[in-house]
Amino acid sequence: MRRSLAQLIWPLVALALLLVFNAVESPSFFHVQFVNGRLSGAAIDVLNQGAPVMLLALGMTLVIGTGGIDLSVGAVMAVAGALAAKLLHLEAPVVLAVAAALGACVAAGIWNGGLVTVAGIPPIVATLIFMVAGRGIAQLITDGQIITINPDSPFTTIGRGVIGGLPVPIVIALTAAIVIAAIVRLTSLGVFIEAIGGNEEASRYAGLNVRWIRLSVYAIMGLLAGLAGLIDTADIAAADANNSGLYLELDAILAVVIGGTALTGGRFSLLGALVGAIIIQTLSTTILMTTFRGQSVPPEFNLVIKAIVVLMVCLLQSGELRRMVLRARGARA
Amino acid sequence: MKSQLNRHWPLLTTAGVLVALYWAASIAYTGFSSWFQFAQLFADNATLGLAAIGMTFVILSGGIDLSVGAVIALASMGLAVLVSHMGVPVWIAIPLVLVLGAGFGAFMGGIIQVFKLPPFLVTLAGMFLARGTALLLTETKRIEMSGSAGVRALSSVLVVDFNIAAMVFLVAVLAAWAALKYTRFGRTVFAIGSDESAARLMGLPIASTRIGIYAISGLCAAAGGVVHVIGTQAGDASVAFLLELDAIAAVVIGGTVLAGGRGSVVGTLLGVLILGIITTIPNYQGNLNSWWIKIVIGLLLLVFVVLQRMSQAWGRGSGADSPARSF
Amino acid sequence: MADALIEMHGIVKTYPGVAALDGVDFSLSAGEIHALVGENGAGKSTLIKILTGAERRDRGTVRLGGTEIEPRTPVQAQRLGIATVYQEVNLIPDLTVAENILLGREPRSRLGAIRWGEMVRQAQQVVDKLGLHVDVAEPLRAHSIAVQQMIAVARAIDQQARVLVLDEPTSSLDATETAQLFALMRRLRKAGMGIIFITHFLDQVYEVSDRITILRGGRLVGTHVTGELPRLSLVARMLGKSVEDVSQTAARRERTTDGEQRECLRASGLFKRNAVQSFDLSLKASEVLGLAGLLGSGRTEVVRLLFGIDQRDGGELSINGESIGHHSPRRAIKAGMALTPEDRRAAGLVPHLSVRENMLLALQGAKGWARRVSVREQQAIADRYVRALSISTPDIEKPVSQLSGGNQQKVILARWLLMEPTILMLDEPTRGIDIGAKEQIESLIDELRSKGMALIFISGELDEVVRVSQRIMVLRDRAPVGELTGENLNTHAVMRQIAGEAAGQAHA
Repeated sequence: MRRSLAQLIWPLVALALLLVFNAVESPSFFHVQFVNGRLSGAAIDVLNQGAPVMLLALGMTLVIGTGGIDLSVGAVMAVAGALAAKLLHLEAPVVLAVAAALGACVAAGIWNGGLVTVAGIPPIVATLIFMVAGRGIAQLITDGQIITINPDSPFTTIGRGVIGGLPVPIVIALTAAIVIAAIVRLTSLGVFIEAIGGNEEASRYAGLNVRWIRLSVYAIMGLLAGLAGLIDTADIAAADANNSGLYLELDAILAVVIGGTALTGGRFSLLGALVGAIIIQTLSTTILMTTFRGQSVPPEFNLVIKAIVVLMVCLLQSGELRRMVLRARGARA
Repeated sequence: MKSQLNRHWPLLTTAGVLVALYWAASIAYTGFSSWFQFAQLFADNATLGLAAIGMTFVILSGGIDLSVGAVIALASMGLAVLVSHMGVPVWIAIPLVLVLGAGFGAFMGGIIQVFKLPPFLVTLAGMFLARGTALLLTETKRIEMSGSAGVRALSSVLVVDFNIAAMVFLVAVLAAWAALKYTRFGRTVFAIGSDESAARLMGLPIASTRIGIYAISGLCAAAGGVVHVIGTQAGDASVAFLLELDAIAAVVIGGTVLAGGRGSVVGTLLGVLILGIITTIPNYQGNLNSWWIKIVIGLLLLVFVVLQRMSQAWGRGSGADSPARSF
Repeated sequence: MADALIEMHGIVKTYPGVAALDGVDFSLSAGEIHALVGENGAGKSTLIKILTGAERRDRGTVRLGGTEIEPRTPVQAQRLGIATVYQEVNLIPDLTVAENILLGREPRSRLGAIRWGEMVRQAQQVVDKLGLHVDVAEPLRAHSIAVQQMIAVARAIDQQARVLVLDEPTSSLDATETAQLFALMRRLRKAGMGIIFITHFLDQVYEVSDRITILRGGRLVGTHVTGELPRLSLVARMLGKSVEDVSQTAARRERTTDGEQRECLRASGLFKRNAVQSFDLSLKASEVLGLAGLLGSGRTEVVRLLFGIDQRDGGELSINGESIGHHSPRRAIKAGMALTPEDRRAAGLVPHLSVRENMLLALQGAKGWARRVSVREQQAIADRYVRALSISTPDIEKPVSQLSGGNQQKVILARWLLMEPTILMLDEPTRGIDIGAKEQIESLIDELRSKGMALIFISGELDEVVRVSQRIMVLRDRAPVGELTGENLNTHAVMRQIAGEAAGQAHA
């Protein structure tokens, strides 16, 4: 516990700095109100809009924990939205639509995991295949159209509803976080994942079922990506196979890395990944709300900031940089 | 002879797929096999092709470059801003954009080399940076350039139906082929991808070569942006979204192994043409929708990746390292 | 020696906490094949690394043809004429043979373009001169490891190397390929090249070398003319014994096992190609079977087969009466087996995980992910074993990587002991740990045996194997060569079998 807290310090400091900046620049940021039975305000919006990335980051943390990676999650999101919307369009019950969509996403995860564990294809390559083909499959399902969903359908609750004053996406993300954390930390799955990511050979010697564990991690990733896709689709009440989840795999990986989980696998931090996801969303929101010399900052600035964040995090994690700094210090002394 | 076949079967497979595809399309669709359409195939895919050539160098060395689509957009916008907003003559602006593209690539290569970071992450940052900068350059995100006489002149150049984009693409293929086959730099690219530590022990210049590789990728992407401007007579900041995926797919379908060390730029040319034909088919076949393109490309990727995996099992280098890990 | 090609004198190299080399002398003449032998930690690889520029020496001199040298990188050493061919060939598999030979010196046109025709012609000449039948225009990976090694030799020769270091070149070669390599080595010797030959195979040492230098524990034991050193003496010196030493390690404990004991493990005709030849093995409860042999003799390969890390190519195996078909560690563990691997770091520990998590890994793996041992129970188990094995760690939650070698070894031991296996296999459990921990492990083995466990014990230290075991199976060159029990069980007898003298094969 102490260890994981220590790891969390830097992401938390970064988040705090962002929040302080917001508090100074746009005091309305923390102005949370209770309007029409729901909480609203910029801070709530951050969590609400950040929910899909939070879900993806949870799954990505586990995948990266085993030393793998999943590039296909954006495409899986698109499949989930497309399938649910199509089924609703065919007047299927909401429960069936949701279940079918999530089932398809788990299948996609198993497909990815199978390529990695059974066929022995490196994860980057294996998941690249579904990254390319998945969006095509989503478009196939929607016939290339944007399928709109009746805004009154209970399905849209997933994206727009409110439970106990909290927007449903936040509830879903937090519930998923708690459930995943419980599964991972209350069973032995978490230790198994860390063992495989830390030393696969030793895990095999210790009798762990390495293949099965890897496969299940990719399946969980699929499920979470499916949830994220449903939220995204329900939020706009339409399935847009072209744009749903576009580039979100990169945000998810970024969130995991910011959260202090090394890309090489091993020790992972779910809490860190959540903080990472919140940082990314806060950045976007901050840029939207910030004005510079009386003019609003263009939202594209977000990309540039993200680039700088990626580079900084990379450099901070790079053992090479640390060695250089130490050497420079040594030379001075 | 047998080993000759062994060595070239990936390329032969790709060529077989291309010929079969072209033949089938020619029979099915009137006009498909015309010379004009053939030249058009190169013209339409020049931007993708140029990016894929650069990507071939990167993948041969065992790396990956996710920034090429964004660099294309940045080069496209950069050229438009230089010419239309700043009045820089085209003959100065184009080389300038190319140099900047190469410099951008070299910068990423330098970071990858010096800090020993995964190329995937560094070029991801590069992608954000390039795309963000392209979008921030102007407020319009798109600059019409039909007013520029230089661009118009370039866009009207036509040699036996091959326009300037197609010609740049073909010249780049030739140049890349020669560089990979006949220069020490080119052979070092293969050596790094094949076994970096052996290459180091043999005294090959790893650092400068790696920086050069990413510089070439940046240069090729910038060239792709330039020919796109000439073709459309406009700079566009949102062009070439996810083009890096198609470029990687073209390289892999062209028989280059994603782990590095094996492959060819000729294969990449064939891979680009395969993607090009697949992309054109829906234009002829009304009932075939564009999303099939992605699925078919995905399937082709799968087939070639599995073929690569199977061939790896025979050679040295499948190695002790677990394929289930990314880094 | 007047025509000494290499003279290394008083070489000292210290790594943090360990003296890897302590004043070692070594010389190599032109036209000589000089075998360099020694067990684990002898300092062979450090000596070679210093010679080839991969490491810098702390003290001592290295002379090449009379001039003092200090190569800082392998590339510099190559320029000086010292080339190395490793077991894992250090060439580029995807480039052509011709390029691999001429890389860095390719014939080029005035414009700088590589002249392929000329390059292939030159390389073919080099290869032909060595009597290799290889098409140099093909990629290197198309050839067997043996041919690849000879191509590495060809590169070295073409670079005007005067000294050739062959680092365990024959480990993955079959008999024919080894013969080919030896023919090449003899040819080069005739041409005046100095060759340093590192190998685990004693037969090969006697077959091809002119002189032998023995290292042990970072010190020089001696350099001998091959024909003048009996095998038994060689083995004795490698193991730090003397042949004349009649005070053979006495049996400390009773040697006989109760004939009534249950058989736990039976293997018949088990083998794996290129790893270990067919062997039979039977193990009873309350028995310690020692596996003795030099490094590379096949000891580790035997236990890897038994534990299902490697799949056998043939033979029968039954564990606790259960016949085993497709084998795996999971299967072995289920059948009541446990193995502490030779390489703790690579195959034993998960470095970032805590002492507790590392200890519980196998138990948890056997229970499955869903049935988690509660943290309280885990802590209780971990605390119990920390005390029982006197593991010194301030905290069971400390990452295991922060413990000393001996304590790490005990953590792995604890991992298996808490599974209460019926068969425990220990591969070099005492390597690289301090004396106190060694003694603890030895008496633990004794205690486990008296409680009815069946054990297989591997150690490079002969005394230790003899002390601990009821029965010893001796391996040489990846094949079983004999078994010793009761009266016959002493270090001298084991050494004789390792040296192959019992079989009357003495070359000396």
